[in-house]
Parts: sequence; structure tokens; C-alpha cells
Amino acid sequence: MMTLQQQNISDNNFESCIKCTICTVYCPVTAVNPDYPGPKQAGPDGERYRLKKPVFYDEALKYCLNCKRCEVACPNNVKIGDIIQSARIKYAKGKPSLRDTMLANTDFMGNMATRMAPLVNFTLGLRPVKYLLDRTMKIDDRRTFPRYASQRFESWFGRHAAASQDSYPHTVSYFHGCYVNYNYPQLGKDLVKVLNALGVGVHLLDGEKCCGVAKIANRCVDEATRDAHTNMKAIREATARGDETVATSSTCCFTLRDEYPHVLRVDNHDVRDHIMLATRLIYRLIDEGKAKVAFRPDYRKRVAYHVPCHMEKLGWTIYSTSLLKMIPGLEFIPLDSHCCGIAGTYGFKKEYYDYSQAIGEPLFRQIRESGCDFVACDCETCKWQIEMSTGVPVENPVSVLAAALDIAKTRELNGVAAIPAVE
Amino acid sequence: MKYDTIIIGGGLSGLVSGICCQKSGRKTAIISAGQSALHFWSGSFELLCRKGDREVIDRPLSLVDSLSGQHPYRKLGAERTAALLSRVAPLLAEAGINVAGSLERNHYRLTPLGFLKPAWLTLDDYFMLSDPEELKGKRYAIVNILSYLDFYPRFQAYGLGEHGARTVTADVNIPELDILRKSTTEMRATNISRFLTDAAVDRLAKAVNDASKGTDAVIMPAVLGMFSDGPVRRLRSQVERPVYFVATTPASVPGVRCQLALRDYFIRLGGTFMPGDTVVKGERERHRLRRVFTTNFGDMPLEADSFVISTGSFFGHGLVATLESIHEPALGLDLYAPEGREKWYDKDFYAAQPYMGYGVTTDAGFRPAIKGETIENLYATGALLAGFNALKEGSGAGITLATALHAADKITSAL
Repeated sequence: MMTLQQQNISDNNFESCIKCTICTVYCPVTAVNPDYPGPKQAGPDGERYRLKKPVFYDEALKYCLNCKRCEVACPNNVKIGDIIQSARIKYAKGKPSLRDTMLANTDFMGNMATRMAPLVNFTLGLRPVKYLLDRTMKIDDRRTFPRYASQRFESWFGRHAAASQDSYPHTVSYFHGCYVNYNYPQLGKDLVKVLNALGVGVHLLDGEKCCGVAKIANRCVDEATRDAHTNMKAIREATARGDETVATSSTCCFTLRDEYPHVLRVDNHDVRDHIMLATRLIYRLIDEGKAKVAFRPDYRKRVAYHVPCHMEKLGWTIYSTSLLKMIPGLEFIPLDSHCCGIAGTYGFKKEYYDYSQAIGEPLFRQIRESGCDFVACDCETCKWQIEMSTGVPVENPVSVLAAALDIAKTRELNGVAAIPAVE
Repeated sequence: MKYDTIIIGGGLSGLVSGICCQKSGRKTAIISAGQSALHFWSGSFELLCRKGDREVIDRPLSLVDSLSGQHPYRKLGAERTAALLSRVAPLLAEAGINVAGSLERNHYRLTPLGFLKPAWLTLDDYFMLSDPEELKGKRYAIVNILSYLDFYPRFQAYGLGEHGARTVTADVNIPELDILRKSTTEMRATNISRFLTDAAVDRLAKAVNDASKGTDAVIMPAVLGMFSDGPVRRLRSQVERPVYFVATTPASVPGVRCQLALRDYFIRLGGTFMPGDTVVKGERERHRLRRVFTTNFGDMPLEADSFVISTGSFFGHGLVATLESIHEPALGLDLYAPEGREKWYDKDFYAAQPYMGYGVTTDAGFRPAIKGETIENLYATGALLAGFNALKEGSGAGITLATALHAADKITSAL
């Protein structure tokens, strides 16, 4: 039986808020946009009023980035970010615009765009096209678009990798996400290369859909929930065959683990512990002595590490940074944990573009001054933002490992040299 | 994941232990569940300010021998406490926090309600006095930011007037703050401080000069310099009279600055700070704690040779009270906290509340126990400890800092 105290806690525990305002201190939006009421007022304070009458809903909640830094800061463990996102979904007026729907449907758009990638990339780079998108759809023309790949990761995997994967002593399932599939298959290829060298085969999930983070942010909740159920079914199947599910994107990983139950109300408690970042799995294999690594003697790089907001919320920064620090020729430069400002599709929108850049400016300055060869970071949209705003390239830690490892030697050390390596 | 030392709790106590361990070359991690009580900081640290109903000014440490045997100061002894606490101001200065005060004699600070109260260390840009007599005949301008509701100039004026000071009060405004007034509930110290930078500080200085003509000094709420003390220095350099700050209602601007300065110093020394995570379980091998499990790390525990627990009291969730009992949620440590809710409190709100003295019990070396068995490589520090009433004694910060430094000494000398 629940105690009296337990019965007085709501799902998002807004009543645990003591109005200390500490969340607002650490909110990246509050720092640049006085029109945003701040997480305390937008979250637990506003919730009290909204529960009384929905008319108290404040449209300024749209400014929230959903970075969850308020939740990391909260001394009372109030799920402030979840309260705000849930309120947007429940109370915001009007249907999502055509632009928001398009931005949200990363998988549909990616599917279309990869079919004629060279044309799409060329067209999206043209000034008149960007001007038109800016004026008609309010997609800011100062934003550089991510490029689409001609060959999807899934196609590459089916053709070049799938056949050999069950020859490895262990296997995992890979949640590649839209970015790897449509924009940057190289990261997926790097993961297969690294995991194979460590003696781990890679499966894809059956019928993987977008994690839904962009759909949640753009209030396309029905689609997000449908996709979430599809993904959970695939992850349950993977778990049943003994596979951990790994992701290379901190945001995909965070969404599958936490946004599903907290915002979409899709239960995942039975498999949540089996969903993790690839760097956590790789760190664990090495730390527990289950895999050995050999690094290239000629690898020399100065690397600055950026902590994406959802990585901060996952609390797993240490896995990625520990792996980077293992690389003998890598000089590690920590960056302050600071939001880059893009927040997925947020920074593409004309009305938010300036806020987005203002939020990221202290980070951009630190990166420019760091003198690093490149930035390492576990999030693809941070990558777009940092590359566009600083000109410094950004690599996922998995790709850094792929470049720094002596793959042939590592395969030998792990006893998988006889299995044909994926090219 | 393996460390030499893991510190559970990222507030004042945990950060100070962490800095000392890391400085001695130990690989140290701090696990911090949400931001700490430093965000509620008054700008002063208390060592021992009251004995019974009596205010203590001279030689506070001479009273240590009269405290109960379970009191943390008594366990350390007066001499050891003094030796530990003499290291605090230099350590804070290394992190960029400058405080003034002495172990020999408490000074007076000015509270948000206008009272003079004893304190041990106070931020060097805050209002402090060695003797209320100094106020006689002095003229102060008490300057608030227009429509800032968490600072009450008339309380200050009344309090200082009681000691013979003459005061004028004024509200000043600068256009940069108009934007905040759209929602008066957001006129908070930390929000205001975001706008008081660069040219806005220059305009504020001019307004303060105009409002304080003919006075000896200016008293203002501590609403400047959340992420650095640059705005404070900029204002002081332009105001024609000395400017002193007084604490506001939380969140505390200097508290945020202090937290971040200590955290950044710990990280600069090479320490690992893990924000937003909670220790849920510990695993022992015989009498030693070997590893701790956290919410974020799941089935991959964090291992260490030695541990410090500084998770705070009820407010910091270091202690949790249910309707039936009180427990320590991270490791299940033995407590002094009697069963039976009716024993926990005194119906006289202003009395010394019994629950304030509850906390983790330890041996003479501040090592706690689980089911009667002392954990040899674990130290408990700060507000989590039993045996004192920080509120009534005015002793919280001194105990926090002394036990944090003591734990770090024990750990680093055991190398």
C-alpha cells in the first residue's frame, strides 16, 4: 500500500519544487531571452495554474530547448523539463505548422532526400533557395543544412556488413538514428569497424524508426508515440536474443531511455537498462578486460571535448572522455559544459536562430581559443552547430577511436583476425 | 570506473574534501545530486556564534570543551579544529573567493532583516563590523534596485539606526532592467545579476553616486557578479564611496559564484565532477566500502579506495524522514534519530528542534557504521553528522569545513 506521502506525489513531482530558482540560474535560454519565463515559472510554478485552468498556459514555453539542464541542477529532483514539454504537448494551441512537421519528420525527409542526394545538397546550398525557404517557411537562411548521403547506412550495412556479423563471439544491436542513416553513414561504418575489432558483431534493429526527439519538440506526438512503440518492440526482440542496444547519438539514447516513459508515456522499464551509448559499452568491454586495444603509434591530435546537454543529463560523459584519454597520441582539452544552442530543429527556425547563436557563443569562443584540431562530441546536432559557428570540425568519439586504433592489430588481440573485416 | 577517492555530495563540504584529495595527487570524483545549499549562502560562514542564549564573540573555540561528547568540534578537539579551520581562507582564495575574519574573534555581519549577528568569515565585499559601536555617527546610503522585492532597505535602516547610524534609503533604476519587470515574480537576485554587466554597471554606478551624496558608504543587495566578480569590482571602482553588500533572499548570487569557483578549481586540478547523479547503494568487502551504484551508472558501479559522504541533512536529502522513521538513503548508515515521530520536534517553533541534532553517528575519526560495523575507508562530514544544532549554535559552516578537511587529511595521509 502506498504511504500518505507517496500518494501526494504527482507523475512529474512538481509539488517537490521549493521555488529556489536554481534551475533558472542554469537555464541557457533565460540567459539570452527575457521573453522566456524561465524553467521554474514555465515548469512547476505554471503547472499549478494550468491544472486549475488551461487558459493559464503561456505560449512562451515554446522557447524551451528541452536541454534538461534545469533537471540536472534541481536540488529536489523535480522533472522540470518534462513538465514543460508535457505542458506544450497538452496545452499549446494550433497544429504544428508545415515547416515544423517537415523538420520533425527527419526519417521521411531523409528517405526522400537520400534518393537524390547530390541534387538536394546542391539545391539546399543555393542562396536563392535558402532565401525562399527563409521567406516562405521561416527556416533561417543563415543556417547551413546538413548534407544528405547518396547511400543510406542501412543499405550499406545490408550489402557490406550484415553477412559476417554473426561470426563474432558477441553481438549488439545498433540504433543508428536518422543522422547516421541519411546524413553521415560514416559514423555507423566506424562503429561497425571498432566493435568488430573488439570482437563484437553488430545487428540492426528490425524496422527502426526515428527516436522521435524532433517530433516531440515539434508536438507531433501521435507519430512519435507510434514510432516509440515500434522501436520498443524491436529493442525488446534484440534484448530477448541477448543483444544490448547501443546508440552513437546521446540524444537518441536519452530519448529512448527517458523521454519515452516521461513525456510519451511509453513504458520501457523492462529494457531501459539494456539501452546505452556505444561508448559505455566499449568502455565496459575494455575496463572489464573483455576486449583489448592497440593504438596507432602515429596518431597525434589535439582534441577538445564538448558535453552535449543530453549527455550531461545521461551522466555518461565520463565514458566518452575516458576512451578519448586512453589514446596515447591524443591531447585532451575539456570544454566547459555549456549548451551549443541548436537543440535539434530549434536552431533552424527563423524566430529562434539569434537566440540559438547567442546561447552557443561562449562555447564557440572557447573552441576557437582552444587551438584544437577538432572537437569530439556525441551529438550530431551539436556537430552541425559547432562546425557552422566555429569552422572547427567535429567528430563522434567512436569515429575518433576508429581513426586512432590499429584495427588489424586490435582484431588480432581479440582473436577475430580470421573473420573477414568489413571494408 | 576506478578512482582513488569518491566523494558523495557536491556542496561546500564535498568540494573542499575533493580539492584537497585531488591536490595531493589522488584521482578523485565527486558525485553530486542537484545543486547544493551553497546556492542559499548568506555570504558568511559561522564557526560558533551562540552558546545557549548567549552570543559568542571572543575566542569561540575556547567553548569547544564545554560541548557534548558527540559534537563534531569536541571529537576533533579545539586545537585540531583551529588548525583545520586556519586553512580555509587560503584555500578559498586559491579558488578565487576572498573572505575576511579570524578564529580569535567573531565579527558582525548584517542580516537581510537588518540585524547584526556574529560570523567567522565573510566575503570581503560584504558589510561587516568588529564592533557595533563603529556605527555611531556614520552615514549610510541603503540603495536598492527599483522593484526588487527580496531586499528591504527600511529593515536595514531601522537595524543600523538602533546602533546610532544615520541612513538614507533609495531605489535606483537603469533601463537595462526594465525588460525583467515584465514579470515581477522574476525580479530575483540571480536574474538581475545577468543584466548587470559591462555598460549597465557603469550606469548603475552613476545612479548609486547620485543617490548616496553626503554619505560615508553605500549598502546594497548582493545582486552583482553571478559568474565572476568582475561586475562587483567594476561597480566599486566607479562609486565614490565604499560599497558593501548584504545577503538577499535565495537564490544567492555570491553563493552561485562560490559553488562554481570551487567546482571549477576542482576540475582544473584534474578532478571529475559528476552532476545530477545519485548514489543508491554501496557494496562492502568486510569492513571496507568497495563500490557505489548510482542512478546514472546503473549496473556499472564506481570503485574507490576511500570514500567521503557529505550529502547534507534533511534539506540536502542526506537524511530522509518518512512518517515512521528517518534513514540515510545512499548507504544505509547508522543514525542517531529515535523512532517515534512525536520525539522529533518541539511544538514551540522557536525551541531547539530535536531533529536538527539528528544525523549519522561516527567513531572518533568520523567513520560511520552500518549495523554497528564501522566502515574503515569511509568518512562522513558536514551537515549529515549527528550531534549539533547548526541553527541554534551558528556552527554549520565551521563543522562542514573542519570535518571536510579532516576527512581529506585522513585519506591523503593513509597513502
